[in-house]
Amino acid sequence: MKYDIILCGVGGQGVLSVAALIGRAAAAEGLQVKQSEVHGMSQRGGAVMAHLRFADHPVASDLIPQAGADLILSMEPMESLRYVGYLAAEAALVTATEPFKNIPDYPELDTVLAAIRRLPHSLLVDAAKLADEAGNPVAVNTVMVGAASRLLPFRADTLEKVVREMFSAKGVKVVEMNLKALELGRRAYAASSHTCTA
Amino acid sequence: MSERVLLGDEGLALGSVHAGLSAAYAYPGTPSTEILEFLLEYQEEHGRPHAAWCINEKTAYAQALGACFVGRRALVSMKHVGLNVAADPFMNSALVATHGGLVVAVADDPGMHSSQNEQDSRFYADFARVMCLEPGSQQECYDMTREAFDLSEKFGVPVMLRITTRLAHSRTVVKLRAPRAENEVRKAPQRASWILLPGNARRAWRSLLERQREMVAWSEAAEWNTLALAPDNHELGVITAGIARNYYQENLPELAHAPSHLHIGAYPLPVEKIRQLAAHVKRLLVLEDGYPFIERQLAGLLPQPVEVTGKLTGALPPDGELNPDLVRAALGLPTRAGVKLEGITLPNRPPQLCQGCPHGHAYKALKKALEPYDTNMVTSDIGCYTLGALPPYSAIESCVCMGASVGMAKGAAEAGFFPVTAVIGDSTFLHSGVAPLMDAVSANTNMTLLILDNQAIAMTGGQPPRMPSSRLHDVVLGIGVDPKHCHVVEAMPRQVDAIAELIGSEIRHEGLSVIIAVRECLETARRKRREAVVTA
Repeated sequence: MKYDIILCGVGGQGVLSVAALIGRAAAAEGLQVKQSEVHGMSQRGGAVMAHLRFADHPVASDLIPQAGADLILSMEPMESLRYVGYLAAEAALVTATEPFKNIPDYPELDTVLAAIRRLPHSLLVDAAKLADEAGNPVAVNTVMVGAASRLLPFRADTLEKVVREMFSAKGVKVVEMNLKALELGRRAYAASSHTCTA
Repeated sequence: MSERVLLGDEGLALGSVHAGLSAAYAYPGTPSTEILEFLLEYQEEHGRPHAAWCINEKTAYAQALGACFVGRRALVSMKHVGLNVAADPFMNSALVATHGGLVVAVADDPGMHSSQNEQDSRFYADFARVMCLEPGSQQECYDMTREAFDLSEKFGVPVMLRITTRLAHSRTVVKLRAPRAENEVRKAPQRASWILLPGNARRAWRSLLERQREMVAWSEAAEWNTLALAPDNHELGVITAGIARNYYQENLPELAHAPSHLHIGAYPLPVEKIRQLAAHVKRLLVLEDGYPFIERQLAGLLPQPVEVTGKLTGALPPDGELNPDLVRAALGLPTRAGVKLEGITLPNRPPQLCQGCPHGHAYKALKKALEPYDTNMVTSDIGCYTLGALPPYSAIESCVCMGASVGMAKGAAEAGFFPVTAVIGDSTFLHSGVAPLMDAVSANTNMTLLILDNQAIAMTGGQPPRMPSSRLHDVVLGIGVDPKHCHVVEAMPRQVDAIAELIGSEIRHEGLSVIIAVRECLETARRKRREAVVTA
């Protein structure tokens, strides 16, 4: 078994914290994990991508090959499209819908969303709204992990356990809000009309 | 045996600690920054080893050299271009018979994710005639660093550890071993070996050259250089170095016949192993990240007619970072197409100054001040302010190396151009902008220097500069800049017009002017506020 994820978004959106959360869950399930991330210049409002790989055998390459990814998980719609060359034929793309417009030539949002919907297995998640609903606007990333959770080869409670661990230092309230965000993301997946089967 | 999830950089740092490290010095630079960051955190928790940021890579190198002079194990870390700054002490340190172990960790950046060039530090190790270890995994970052200190003490040379961006910034589980104690303080016994007077230096150089044979003999037997000959396959032999092995292994299951394989993790090159492999096959494919360093040396090593392919022959691109797909193609495997994107073109999203960044206000003021001139020149430096090259600012015209903006402005002004303005950050100014400013002072060059002081080495994550803002003004005055033409302003939005006016009048002043625009980096200010809330 192996599972490869491209995580993407814009510098500052917390792509690395999503990688850390899923990576820890994979390790908790006894899998071998490799995670390649971006530091430095690119993090300043530029396009950011991390490779996260896990398997029940040693992972060789730190980078995912073209057409090798099982999932693209994106914090931003246009950025999700930048890496579709990495997607295996029947793999899934899950992205937050809210655009991050820090460039003058951002395409029409409808065009971007339509391109995402044309992909074989895609899911658009209004993560900003769901994070608000969970009581914490910065829990967008946790919502997105929740939305992808049915696709991840983890037991349902492993992610919850990791969320508890990762946020425990910040107090019970933060833990609860993130658990709710995780659950709302999960429900968004369940309710989606787009078939997003792994 | 315990385990930890570590970045390559962190594996290297912890490997040093467990090798009995006493002191570590560095100037931050992507992708090497996390090495010292890790050691600073370790120092805070455990009180040891000593770890400190320095003014630049050269001063860092000399400090590490001092520590090894008194018998301690020392680490100096930097990015590849940082080694250019430290090249003087580095080259000479190869002659001084290191006493305590000295390890020089250099992180190269093929693909230029965050750098001005792609230079390959293995050439520097070869240039200095010292040994170099090249980890291919986070585990090797840890293990090789431990061994590098032993080698340094055994052979009496500094040992280079060369990693690349991908390994520096990729994390996985690393197995740890029992730590070794630090060396006692004990001064090097022979001072002659530390005094590079011509007489001593000639002797030291001959000694270093004589030790080359021993180094090669060590390299032939090193566990990091592994040769596996495929008994039935005489067609292809693959040589991998460092992280390229990972991309090779990724593709290996798809090859019908496994080629013979030599992995090189330690230099000088294991010549006999290479010849053995070459004698076994018709064609060699060299997979290495960075320059064709091994590939170029093969021609001189191989007596038999064997075809060598790699970056020089076009089997792999000569520039950029290796990846599993490029290696796949070089191995002759068919390309795999991913999902195709149709009906939309994606614009690039380049890095940029943070919203509301103080540098942005300074750039607005500068552009306003330059409006009256049909042509003008603004030289700049390395760091966040380089982001002023891109729209919406388009405010700067150069980015060559640390400190170059000041000297380039002086040169342009002396060549007869007017008006010339130079832009530099506070930490970059201290790193290597002070010296050319002294040149400008002595010539009273007709130029205006703008120091954008955000009190942080912001591009690499907001490390504290070696000198607070309050003293920067004193430094500038101390080297002789006319106090009437040295100003400190606050880079606030409401000040833009006033700063523009000041820059304008200093441009019109015939002679040298310095304007220091001060305001803390938004990122570090935000972080301090968050930390204050947590501790409150």
